[in-house]
Amino acid sequence: MTAGDSGFLFTFFNLAVAKQYWPVIASGALVTVGVGVAVVITGTALGLVLALLRALGRRALSLPIVAFADIMRSLPPLVVLIVLYFGLPALGMPLSAFAVTWVSLSLVLAAYAEESIWAGISATPAGQLEAARSTGMRWWQAMRWVVLPQALRRAVPPLTNRVISITKNTALGSVVALNEILNNAQGASSYAGNPTPLMMASLAYLVVFLPLVVFSRWLEQHWQRR
Amino acid sequence: MESLIQNFFNLEVYASVFPYLLKGLWTTVWLSALVIPLGAAAGLLLALGYTQSTRRAVRWSIVGYIDFFRAFPPLVLLILIYFGGPFLGIELGKVSAVALAFVLNNASYYAEVFRAGLEGVVKGQMEAARSTGLTRAQALRHVVIPQAVRNVLPDLVGNSIEIVKLTSIASVVAIPELLRNARDAQSLVYNPSPVMLAAFMYLALLWPLTRWLGRLEHRRARR
Repeated sequence: MTAGDSGFLFTFFNLAVAKQYWPVIASGALVTVGVGVAVVITGTALGLVLALLRALGRRALSLPIVAFADIMRSLPPLVVLIVLYFGLPALGMPLSAFAVTWVSLSLVLAAYAEESIWAGISATPAGQLEAARSTGMRWWQAMRWVVLPQALRRAVPPLTNRVISITKNTALGSVVALNEILNNAQGASSYAGNPTPLMMASLAYLVVFLPLVVFSRWLEQHWQRR
Repeated sequence: MESLIQNFFNLEVYASVFPYLLKGLWTTVWLSALVIPLGAAAGLLLALGYTQSTRRAVRWSIVGYIDFFRAFPPLVLLILIYFGGPFLGIELGKVSAVALAFVLNNASYYAEVFRAGLEGVVKGQMEAARSTGLTRAQALRHVVIPQAVRNVLPDLVGNSIEIVKLTSIASVVAIPELLRNARDAQSLVYNPSPVMLAAFMYLALLWPLTRWLGRLEHRRARR
């Protein structure tokens, strides 16, 4: 073994290891992006529905929604994930690691999305809804065409940050052996006895999430100036 | 129904694992008490560097730091430090590895919050404070920072709640915090009830804080 072999590059950026394991990391990246996209879609959709139901102003509806949002915002996402992963089989509903990660993070995102959208709806002056109703629109029409566009404009910047931090949590899926980036990298790393796959994983996360962070920064600066 | 109670709300299991989980809850609390002030202090320094420096290189590297860690999953960071460190000959203890990962990660979030707060304090405040003879550091310390903190108090509280929740990932490197102890208990009694009990304990700890945060945000929205 030469001196260079034991060096920093050989350990953390070992090309031979990288060459051998990049397909594993790449397939992990596909799973990460897949779960992430699924979570964003179902999470925000559920959050929107919950916020609208809450806007109806019926106590019987809003109390459970508020409780749901509070609970999901108070529990660590990893706890939600583990409770569902080990709890559901006991109820005769075993879900795959993919499905459990998807469902758990969707529930968490839905809670935050509901809060952001609801905050946007309550910040919209009541006169907006009343004026729209007085033109003959039904409640849901006024909501759809007048209140919601204004509410969503307020909700989007805080929501983008939340979306990023929750989709990053797909890495938690590694705890239930979801074959996403981190899980695959840890496996490859212990197989190769070398941390290079972990460095590749780090790079993969940056490739996936850094553009989102930069986009959210841009959004924050330009969104409300229009 | 029977199975639901047996597996989630098993009182016998609850009673037997309660003291062990309580120990875990205590670890969660002191771990949070360790990493929250460190992260907040580092974040404040970064935010001050960003808002007070006129050098482009300084400002850009701070933004780079913040964006890097906002894009990097904390669990990946923790594992990189904990499992990658020894390859560099850096053998950090579990707690130090967690503290380092948390501070690196949280500093970026706190920095964003403090930056928004500092930028929200109008320039005249600094100028007026300086004109009374205060030095720049004194003006920051006694005039600008207190107002900045007040502006973003809800975000600071929200961020701190997120960190308490995030301590659950320390379970992955076997720190005996609440989730870890619950999972150990779960494998011992072969029943998921301990994890459910841990969830209740997290709720007992954090629900009041989440409610308080809601009130703070509401008050700010009306200001």
